[in-house]
Amino acid sequence: MCPGVKAAWPICLGYIPIGLAFGVLAQKAGMSWGQIALMSSIVFAGSSQFIAVSMLANGATGWAIITTTFFVNLRHLLMSSSLALKLQNAHRGKLSVFAYGVTDESFAINTTRFLSGEWDLNRALVVNHTANACWIVSTVAGGFFGHLIPAHSFGIDYALIAMFICLLVFQLTRRLAVLTAMIAGILSVALALIIPGNAYIVIASVLAATLGVAIGRRLNSMKRRPDGSGEDHA
Amino acid sequence: MPETYVIIVLAMGLVTYTPRWLPLFYLTQYSLPGWFKEWLSLIPAAILSALLLPELVTTGDPRHLDLLRPELWVAVPTFIFARLTQSLGGTVVVGMGLFWVAGKLL
Repeated sequence: MCPGVKAAWPICLGYIPIGLAFGVLAQKAGMSWGQIALMSSIVFAGSSQFIAVSMLANGATGWAIITTTFFVNLRHLLMSSSLALKLQNAHRGKLSVFAYGVTDESFAINTTRFLSGEWDLNRALVVNHTANACWIVSTVAGGFFGHLIPAHSFGIDYALIAMFICLLVFQLTRRLAVLTAMIAGILSVALALIIPGNAYIVIASVLAATLGVAIGRRLNSMKRRPDGSGEDHA
Repeated sequence: MPETYVIIVLAMGLVTYTPRWLPLFYLTQYSLPGWFKEWLSLIPAAILSALLLPELVTTGDPRHLDLLRPELWVAVPTFIFARLTQSLGGTVVVGMGLFWVAGKLL
């Protein structure tokens, strides 16, 4: 099988229950399958789609929905910035197609593959668009017959959480990354309890990475000190 | 209503695509300073942790802390399994299985 499709299967597994649930909700809100397909193909951002559908059902204004969508999805700016590091001087047309499919899940998969080497923009593109196809099919299928499938079957609700756990493990390759992840985890939980919405993701990540860089620099300067007061005795 | 819907969805698409596209289109074309590269290289660990942890220990709307969620307790063996096997597929299947069993027991 093509490596991009193979890499995308955990995403697809996780998208099926969420996509079906979204389809059921959208259909209950009075959306046709065409409208579901349109939103899933043009927006392609799970949580913001759920929010948009409930806002539509509650008669929210277009501006309110669009503004909310922007803020809910702003975290992708960080993910694309981080991916840009691995895609220096890549073809801008391809990058523009790739950008469309940057989600939490595809970011997690692609960033891990780039870290281990043996990955390129073409394969990353296949991951994004395989995931996108699964999302569109699952959401539309949910609109048709999602209500027939019992929710929470076979622990499938845990698929994406388990995927994120494993991908986080793959990122913990050096002590500074472990420290940064710990800071981000504590900050995100604290902020999630204080502020509504999902701004906690961006704020906690930015603060944690900044602290990580600061701590890394400090440790390095201690190591380089000529009196040997740092940990490096070489 | 259908036209309004199409316009709303197109606008949602635009405000979602722009933040996804801008960094990939611009940051890939210039050489970035070292501290910024280091910062970007720490972003994945930070963001994965920030996405994951609140899912495990908070629930409800408004959110509150709940350390007894099966999501959290299943995460511990799932994390150990991932650490030992380094297998993404295996971790997903084991996590789902444990969560399913936890749901039956609780």
